[in-house]
Amino acid sequence: MPKDGIGASSKRREDVRFLTGRGRYTDDINLRGQAHVHFLRSDIAHGRIRSIDTAAAAAMPGVLRIFTAADLAGVGGIPCGWQVTDRFGKPMQEPKHPVLAEGKVRHVGDPIAAVVAETAEQARDAAEAIVVDIEDLPAVLDMRAALAEGAPKVHDDLTGNLCYDWGFVEENREAVNAAFATAHHVTTLDLVNNRLVANPMEPRVAVGDYDFATDHHTLYTTSQNPHVIRLLMGAFVLGIPEHRLRVVAPDVGGGFGSKIYHYAEEAFVTFAAKALRRPVKWTASRSEAFISDAQGRDHVGRIELALDAEGNFLALRTETYANMGAYLSTFAPSIPTWLHGTLMAGNYRTPLIYVNVKAVFTNTVPVDAYRGAGRPEATFQLERVIDKAAREIGMDPVELRRRNFVTEFPYQTPVAVVYDTGDYNATLDRLLQIADREGFEARRLDSAHHGRLRGFGIAHYIEACGIAPSNLVGQLGARAGLYESATVRVNATGSISVFTGSHSHGQGHETTFAQVVADMIGIPAAQVDIVHGDTSNTPMGMGTYGSRSLAVGGSALVKATTKIVNKAKKIAAHLLEAAEADIELKDGKFAVAGTDRSVDWGAVCLAAYVPHNYPLESLEPGLEETAFYDPSNFTYPAGAYACEVEVDPETGKVTICRFVAADDFGNVVNPMIVEGQVHGGLAQGIGQALLENCVYDGNGQLLSGSFMDYAMPRADDLPFYEVDHSCATPCTHNPLGVKGCGEAGAIGSPPAVVNAVVDALQRAGYAHVTHIDMPLTPARVWAAMHAN
Amino acid sequence: MHDFEFVKPATLAEAVAALGAEGAQALAGGMTLLPAMKQRLAAPERLVSLTGIADLRGVTPAPGRLRIGGATPHAVVARAAAAHYPALARLAGQIGDPAVRNRGTIGGSLANNDPSACYPAAVLASGATIHTDRRQIAADDYFQGMFATALDEGEVITAVDFPVPQVAAYVKFAQPASRFALVGVFVAKFAEGARVAVTGASEEGVYRWTEAEEALNTHFAPTEFSHLDVPADGMIADLHGGADYRAHLVKVIARRAVIAALG
Amino acid sequence: MAKVSMKINGQVVTGEVEGRTLLVQFLREGQGLTGTHVGCDTSQCGACVVHVDGQAVKSCTLLALEAEGADVRTIEGMAAPDGTLSPLQQAFQDHHGLQCGFCTPGMVMSAAALLAENPRPTETEVRHYLEGNICRCTGYHNIVKAVLAASGQDVSRFGGIAAE
Repeated sequence: MPKDGIGASSKRREDVRFLTGRGRYTDDINLRGQAHVHFLRSDIAHGRIRSIDTAAAAAMPGVLRIFTAADLAGVGGIPCGWQVTDRFGKPMQEPKHPVLAEGKVRHVGDPIAAVVAETAEQARDAAEAIVVDIEDLPAVLDMRAALAEGAPKVHDDLTGNLCYDWGFVEENREAVNAAFATAHHVTTLDLVNNRLVANPMEPRVAVGDYDFATDHHTLYTTSQNPHVIRLLMGAFVLGIPEHRLRVVAPDVGGGFGSKIYHYAEEAFVTFAAKALRRPVKWTASRSEAFISDAQGRDHVGRIELALDAEGNFLALRTETYANMGAYLSTFAPSIPTWLHGTLMAGNYRTPLIYVNVKAVFTNTVPVDAYRGAGRPEATFQLERVIDKAAREIGMDPVELRRRNFVTEFPYQTPVAVVYDTGDYNATLDRLLQIADREGFEARRLDSAHHGRLRGFGIAHYIEACGIAPSNLVGQLGARAGLYESATVRVNATGSISVFTGSHSHGQGHETTFAQVVADMIGIPAAQVDIVHGDTSNTPMGMGTYGSRSLAVGGSALVKATTKIVNKAKKIAAHLLEAAEADIELKDGKFAVAGTDRSVDWGAVCLAAYVPHNYPLESLEPGLEETAFYDPSNFTYPAGAYACEVEVDPETGKVTICRFVAADDFGNVVNPMIVEGQVHGGLAQGIGQALLENCVYDGNGQLLSGSFMDYAMPRADDLPFYEVDHSCATPCTHNPLGVKGCGEAGAIGSPPAVVNAVVDALQRAGYAHVTHIDMPLTPARVWAAMHAN
Repeated sequence: MHDFEFVKPATLAEAVAALGAEGAQALAGGMTLLPAMKQRLAAPERLVSLTGIADLRGVTPAPGRLRIGGATPHAVVARAAAAHYPALARLAGQIGDPAVRNRGTIGGSLANNDPSACYPAAVLASGATIHTDRRQIAADDYFQGMFATALDEGEVITAVDFPVPQVAAYVKFAQPASRFALVGVFVAKFAEGARVAVTGASEEGVYRWTEAEEALNTHFAPTEFSHLDVPADGMIADLHGGADYRAHLVKVIARRAVIAALG
Repeated sequence: MAKVSMKINGQVVTGEVEGRTLLVQFLREGQGLTGTHVGCDTSQCGACVVHVDGQAVKSCTLLALEAEGADVRTIEGMAAPDGTLSPLQQAFQDHHGLQCGFCTPGMVMSAAALLAENPRPTETEVRHYLEGNICRCTGYHNIVKAVLAASGQDVSRFGGIAAE
């Protein structure tokens, strides 16, 4: 095995360009003759547009043209990529999502007009001169109120504000209710999963370009999945066939889900570039990102757990209100349903589960997947209610979990999915060992000596990653397949260019994918380059999200490389005058088994392209293969997390003292990168638990609209983490045995933090504090302590 | 931001003259003004930079006093005042972040008088004197409510003259997002008595907590606040904390400031 | 429009700017030095940090005209001319102190300013000094580790895997 193959913590090859300022992000692209667009956005949450007067603005310096909805004839709405069917068998309500507001504005930030000018500042200057007459309408904000009889409607043409009322598994509903009616103990918990803003450090940017000579469109955009954007925008919004539309996502500065979706601004710049025969560029400010990037989470609801006298879980029931915002973002309907309800079994053998989710339209920014996407919400509900139940029945929360763990695999959950493999006791044992639970009491006393309340919390998680089997998601309402692709192009000298449909925006695919290919062939990774992010030179791909890149994109890579190896063996057999079946590939050499005769990789590649001595009658020249991989199941990363906190009883401030993560990701290609993914996920999960909150006031104004009020985790908010992935049970159904690691940290950490804080307060005698809604800000913790 | 004319005079007299024009505004470090202009919340027609005037920069100790030039960046105060007025130096070293401290100035902070800023607490608790291009203003007369000061249009803070207390400390309980003070308390003990200034808490901006001063004048010790009542009325309430929480924090943070002062 | 002249990474440059042109715009749009990034509009995130006369500043909150005559250093000027990374840059790669790379230029410039002031900082000092640089990817673990390693300290006790 080469030293930089699978399992090596290879240095990232991406780093040199990023560390020297030579990355190429979308905002670094400036095309000749480029104009700039500024979007005039609604400053109220809900209103009816009476008139838009652009005359004065159009006369301002540098203005090229001003567009409103009336100027977008023939442009379709932004499509939704997933149709959920409700508990009565009806499709969800699906409103139109216009590129520019038509008739009404529905959230602060809804674009009303687009001003294209020579410079960005001129466009903004002119936007201020547009006169919009809007009739203020009452804003729909609270989800329960939104569903009340007579509530104002976000979309006049829909029946109320309910997108869907989903039940899962609907057939279990009565059985679950019956189990609750006779249970020995029922634990109930009302909770909020706070709305978050993804805030990748790079704000969104889009540059549209049009070549009238060839009728080709190009969109440069900050996307996690350029092919998906090409598909959605080309087919549904602008009617541009794929061969005339190129979408490029160059270096992308983080996404965390928020750059999956097709956004109106992308469609607009593509449209306007043709209308004006000039490249058109849009760069979001952070303030704009806060009111135009899809947001995350925002669930309100109740979870109930029924137990028998021994602490065995009998049944689980949830009722959740999930905020969709004003429009349906690309994957929004699937997040609180198929990415949430299917995970409600967690790591446990709960025989009966019923999940009810009501998705609601409100006058807020659309909500969609954010790191974890549905699974953090499920994990938070479950791991909080288990902790509460343990306290109520007087059992150690660790023991209560152990008692109910799934221990035999494959395991068919009552919520559709089948866990292929796992060992939850192993990760728990490892966790408790690293976290030194035995030594906690001594640490607690030491904290108490310094006037601090110390608490210890654990949480487990399981997630469904490697999204997803296409036939299954098709049945569930997905309007796309979720396979991945790879083309492996071996060059004549043996160097390799790999074209992948996965997209790296921080994950380091250029390094890890090269490790995989190099390992399979036995050549140095430096001989392999990874190309991604451009629909003109990569095969159709579904992109990077849902911890799917290595599990699905990597599997496509393995499949394509396997084809390469198989063909290369045929060539080698010819060169060595041996039977193909006798050819073995090892360390970059093809050898005839049991002999010392061999031919090296480079010679085989050269023969493929200079086929002088080559079996031309039975084999094509060249060495290039494409493969598509469609997974047969999800992957199920799982793990156990422990958090130790100190609470300052005078101020309510929570400090994370230790955070330990014991994850089972199956096999690992680059351990250094995997740990980095966990670190980042933990910071976002701890951020959700302690700091981050997207808050609207009663009029639908965003109160946390900048980093001055939306608390991003900073270096001094966080500790060094202790991260372990040694308890690995390889995935049974993909060729690498990998499960995915990108979201785990953000899924498992919020309940661990909250459990730790509640533990600290309980131990200190605050018996009435059984739950605090996130984020656990100092003010909230202090208020919870002093409630009553 | 809207465009403007930029001038950078080398002397105070030129700056004051330039500020006489309609729509002119002084630019110190720009840490507050430029973000406000980006949001188009401010749109001056002319910006008069004060950063080119050498006389406005520097920290000058005198017996029992410390004078800080109006355009002195926080980072300079954090270093140069450390030996003379450590509590003030530490306060300056906690404002914003290092890059902000390299640009932001004491004069800029005081002219803006953000209700959550740190410097106003030091100036008020120290009983400092604000020197401008035309007069001297006692701290007690200078702060006139949230974002309001005694400064006239075009008036430039040239220096702040601090009497150095016997002991002092500032404790900031940071708002988690902005890192401004959710509540900050500066406690200073002079021969003439104690002064306590609170920032971040009140809708009126920085204020002197006279009840605490009286308690400390009786006995300068951290145990003396438990009996004091801090009403929630008039305290700032926002998504980071309600009025009752801020009222509570005032006592907690003040006590910690006294402990720190007694160090 | 006004003329502005400054030294950037050792080279004197001159350009025409508006009063409102920010230093970061002058660098990115005027000089093509796109390594300096803009991640917010409230001077919080630090993606735009550069050195002006040896001091770390947020170039999104500094007018280009205020940098008249200044000596400016950007991320493009941190490696040796032949591309060899500085010890700090190398530590970021060795300890996986970056993922998407967007905050990285500002992070490196701030960390370089820290090490210039304080060649052997503690973990706490590093974390406090970097409070004006937001990273959304790394959770800061490996950034803090990289800065400590660049200062010559043993970072093995902080756990985590370094590059082989």
